[in-house]
Amino acid sequence: MPAATFDRESVPPQWQHRHLLDLERLTPDEVRLLLDTAALFKEATNGCRAKLGLLSGRTIVNLFFENSTRTRTSFSLAARRLGADVVDFTAASSSLSKGESFIDTAKNLEAMGIDAVVVRHATPGTPHLLSQYLDVGVINAGDGPHEHPTQGLLDIFSIRERRGDLRGVTVGLVGDISHSRTARSNLWGLMKLGAHVILCGPPTLVSERWREIGVEVSHDLDAIIPRCDVLNLLRIQFERQNTRPFPSVREYAHLYAMTGERLRRAKPDLLILAPGPINRGVEVTAEVADCGQSLILDQVTNGLAVRMAVLWLVCGPRGGSAGGSTVRQERIV
Amino acid sequence: MATLLIRGGRVIDPAQNIDRIDDVLVRDGLVVSIGHDGGQPLGRADETIEAGGLIVAPGLVDMHVHLREPGREEDETIETGTRAALAGGFTSVACIPNTEPPIDTQAAVEFIHQKAARADTCNVFVVACVSRGREGKELAEIGRLVEAGAVAFSDDGAPVYDAELMRRALEYCRMFDKPILAHEEVLELSRGGVMNEGLVSLLLGLPGMPAAAEDVMIGRDVTLTEATGGRLHVMHVSTAGGVALIRDAKRRGVRVTAEACPHHFTLTDESLRGFDSNYKMSPPLRTAADVEAIIEGLVDGTIDCIATDHAPHAREKKMLELDRAPFGILGLETAVGLSVTRLVATGRIGWPRLIESLSTLPARILGINRGTLRPGAVADVTLIDPERSWQVDINTFRSKSVNSPFHGWTLRGRAVATIVGGRVKYRLG
Repeated sequence: MPAATFDRESVPPQWQHRHLLDLERLTPDEVRLLLDTAALFKEATNGCRAKLGLLSGRTIVNLFFENSTRTRTSFSLAARRLGADVVDFTAASSSLSKGESFIDTAKNLEAMGIDAVVVRHATPGTPHLLSQYLDVGVINAGDGPHEHPTQGLLDIFSIRERRGDLRGVTVGLVGDISHSRTARSNLWGLMKLGAHVILCGPPTLVSERWREIGVEVSHDLDAIIPRCDVLNLLRIQFERQNTRPFPSVREYAHLYAMTGERLRRAKPDLLILAPGPINRGVEVTAEVADCGQSLILDQVTNGLAVRMAVLWLVCGPRGGSAGGSTVRQERIV
Repeated sequence: MATLLIRGGRVIDPAQNIDRIDDVLVRDGLVVSIGHDGGQPLGRADETIEAGGLIVAPGLVDMHVHLREPGREEDETIETGTRAALAGGFTSVACIPNTEPPIDTQAAVEFIHQKAARADTCNVFVVACVSRGREGKELAEIGRLVEAGAVAFSDDGAPVYDAELMRRALEYCRMFDKPILAHEEVLELSRGGVMNEGLVSLLLGLPGMPAAAEDVMIGRDVTLTEATGGRLHVMHVSTAGGVALIRDAKRRGVRVTAEACPHHFTLTDESLRGFDSNYKMSPPLRTAADVEAIIEGLVDGTIDCIATDHAPHAREKKMLELDRAPFGILGLETAVGLSVTRLVATGRIGWPRLIESLSTLPARILGINRGTLRPGAVADVTLIDPERSWQVDINTFRSKSVNSPFHGWTLRGRAVATIVGGRVKYRLG
């Protein structure tokens, strides 16, 4: 396989962020830039299989305070595909169990001369706090139920690959919206690109308040299925729930699982996404998960492309001399 | 025989319906007179303070202060906390007993009094526990605590959860005419929460504490107070629903009073968008509609007074993830500035009402002989520059902690002299 080419020397000047903390605060153009960059990477790496040397000499730390296999692996692979060195740091093996604060842990890593941290944490806002204390790029790989920007981007990337323009596309996000960072990142990204978003699930997991930001709220999956172009089936996050939001898993599956029978009442070209890990039989039956309309495996490949794009935009060389100092001063408000 | 003349200020004493430019004469720690007819020729005072352009008020009283001593001296001590009080214009504070150990014995009350005497700063009045060990199981020895000088009872930090214990406490305190200061929260509804439950918590993915958690408990306690004829003081009201419940109860003649904190009439849950733990407190910052209801409650007297819920936490304790950081912010050194800026400068209340809410009424609720400049009263006096514009700087705080979200804010109105028992204890340079 010939060495792939990538036609950009440095991070485009439209990208002014030092970190990727959430999608809520990005502009529509910035979301498009991320997706377009991911598409370039996917092509230049022959479907994310070849390596590029764009980040050689850089060191990325996976700072995971919460368990993860697929996201961490995806970030590691994406970094290696770009030639960066990767260090994995998990809370269980750290000083955190000895009482060190997460800020001290991160500062120690920073002192070792790293270029970016990819952080996952069970508490919303932890990446945002780190970005204020550290002088390196911070990439949010999931902060509790708040956001998971690369997951949102890769879901949207996968839809865009099949549907092109997202304007006028109706996307149903189904399930545990309350506790889903994937839902939040998806809805911000989708809304910025002009899609119509429906949040669907029981009232205990889908607040009426979501209407206030301009999304549709439904508690009746059967009613919305015929209108949807895309369904994104979100996992029930049993581990984050204080009290049980529905009487039984059986009842939940009865009302909200995407089954073959429901699929037959949908548009014929309905696309099915599931951010995984999926609970087969709860959110989605095997028949649907493995059907031709399912993008579940595309999502995994596209995750690599999106994460390469994010790592490069956050850590890549900046063009011009002025850019570096302005982006360094970025602060969240 | 030492005399002090405070000359030419705007003397406001709501207890006597006084609001006029005049002189206040103090002798041997007591107020002698307001005006020239007190018999003391002006020239013969040992010390004179020119108060032209200043508000001369009875010393401010903060009835909700966490001094942290004993047990958490890394956050605050009686000495540092009362110095912060003086710098904020407060001549008296009531300290809340959620210390380690909690203040539930005569010895513990005496410890506070001794430490306060040694600090020789402002007056410290002791609020003691409702329940033994603050465990919510059985009544503390309330009668003995009253003998030791406790002025009110509270398990604050937590609600008195057992409704029967709360009923007994309200009944029992009647014979001492002491109020129960209540932290109102249904814990099942707020468990795990770090901020108000609403659109902002939904967007941030942060677990919420619904307004209902506060309202339901206020409803319970108002009902128990009505049933027992006891005295309830609702601490840190933060919800529109809570204000409505208290307003209704007062109309029915229930013996209920209430306080609001400056942060609850200044900030909303939007502040949490930066995930800064300095905006994390209990009850949490609510919505703009709640802020408006709190201000209306202060305007119409539903909410009697302003108290700070001064809650120091050492810097490293707040430098944590939002769910691990403790609840609470500092209040003593910003209360006057926030109150003037938010309530008086905006025209919502006048100066007499502000002084009533910061001095007259908290003193009356606690039953302490403070909060007035009546002849013969202890000469606790606060001088406030109503127009002074100043910038909050946590680095100048007297408090041992710096957990204030108001750092860098420009406020209007500041205490410029704090006089306790006729002695000038604080003077802004």
